[in-house]
Amino acid sequence: MTQEISPQARKGWMSLLATADEARLAALFDTLDAAPDHDWLRAPETGGVMVRGRTGATGAPFNLGEMTVTRCTLKIAGGTVGHGYVQGRSKRQAELAAKLDAMLQTDAAPEVQDKVLAPLRHEKSTARDARAAKAAATKVDFFTMVRGED
Amino acid sequence: MYVAVKGGERAIDNAHAWLAEERRGDPSVAELSLAQIREQLKLAVNRVMAEGSLYDPDLAALAIKQSRGDLIEAIFLMRAYRTTLPRFGTSRPVETADMACDRRVSATFKDVPGGQVLGPTFDYTHRLLDFKLAAEGAPTEAPTAPPRREPTPHVTSFLRGEDIIQDEPASDATPRDITREPVSFPTDRAARLQTLTRGDEGFILGMAYSTQRGYARNHAFVGELRIGMVPVEMEIPELGFAIEIGEIELTECETVNQFKGSKTEPPQFTRGYGLVFGQTERKAIAMALVDRALRWKELGEDNVGAAAQDEEFVLSHCDNIQATGFLEHIKLPHYVDFQSELELVRKLRREAEAGQARKAAE
Repeated sequence: MTQEISPQARKGWMSLLATADEARLAALFDTLDAAPDHDWLRAPETGGVMVRGRTGATGAPFNLGEMTVTRCTLKIAGGTVGHGYVQGRSKRQAELAAKLDAMLQTDAAPEVQDKVLAPLRHEKSTARDARAAKAAATKVDFFTMVRGED
Repeated sequence: MYVAVKGGERAIDNAHAWLAEERRGDPSVAELSLAQIREQLKLAVNRVMAEGSLYDPDLAALAIKQSRGDLIEAIFLMRAYRTTLPRFGTSRPVETADMACDRRVSATFKDVPGGQVLGPTFDYTHRLLDFKLAAEGAPTEAPTAPPRREPTPHVTSFLRGEDIIQDEPASDATPRDITREPVSFPTDRAARLQTLTRGDEGFILGMAYSTQRGYARNHAFVGELRIGMVPVEMEIPELGFAIEIGEIELTECETVNQFKGSKTEPPQFTRGYGLVFGQTERKAIAMALVDRALRWKELGEDNVGAAAQDEEFVLSHCDNIQATGFLEHIKLPHYVDFQSELELVRKLRREAEAGQARKAAE
């Protein structure tokens, strides 16, 4: 039942699920026809990830500070394994992300794509555009004053 | 000398109960929610995340509420929580060139691709108290313009083409982590940047200001200041590839500094770098100035003996949690210490008086 998945596609949905709003993700999850049962391979746990930057944006790496991340691994009925890595401390979000990651590797993938990923992707790009539109409105238009010498 | 002191449990319990009551304030006034702190005191949340060295806006909001708005106490709570977290790994270095910029200004070039974008800034406000905020009411909606979707290139990349600015060649060297091994001197730039980015804003600001006033002056221009969201990627061992594990807001400042050249380097512009969690631009600019001042040795500049050039002085004193821990401990009981001091001074006094009495008798 598990299908061949490209790392690029999987990276795309896991990244989307990592930054989703927990309540929104739960609401979208509830629209799915069926939610599979699961066994924990690694119960949700919260930890820190050291975020690195680069000196002068392009140079040698340095440690900037940590961020909170919650992760878990589960196996859904049928044996497909799903991983959840989400920003923050929500164990519920990590569980949903892992379950969706597993489902996206099965025949349930088209439904999850339609009902969960598509709305999340759309909302994320809308929110990003809304901020960018406000930023664009604060862009300075320079003009040269007429000096009135002649 | 520390001595175990018994007693005081009841007084401590009662003090903490009163603290909780005082924290709540007048119960007829609505209680603050964490969401209100996170959304409406965002710059305080940002400072607590930056100096607490942990990016989590909800936790920072909780720390601010618990500390009654004492930000150093809130930073202390974040640092303490941070130490309880297992370390899942380290991210790939964030690509600030890909930042979705809310704000991006350059003080050195007027016409840069992407333009001068002011963002939600306090600059150009009149710093007059706005009594409209004392009354409730929704703000007017911010105007919009067609959004820019492509990345905004760094300003220094334009100067690099001319080879007139010092380069920052990429490397994949593993940086030292000051949370795992204590800083020893002399240290390297990676450890300095990590220490500065979580250092006390006031201290870093004061150090940076001292360089502007002439103590190790290095003529800084803000080549670029940008604020916005950046994705964070981490390699996931069980997957064998990297995914985005989140998005964080960062403030980045690159200074361009005049440099006449030295025995080892030709005349060119040099750079200072500031990168800080959240919208924290005062801190990021100050960090860049102090970073530049601390680079005197590698650039072959003279050590003029300024405080901002002394990495041992700057890095050992910029951490407000270390500083406040040592400073505030002197208010805790030192009864036995002081008793011995008292005995000593009494004895010296007796001897001095006896000596004077002998002199008078002679």
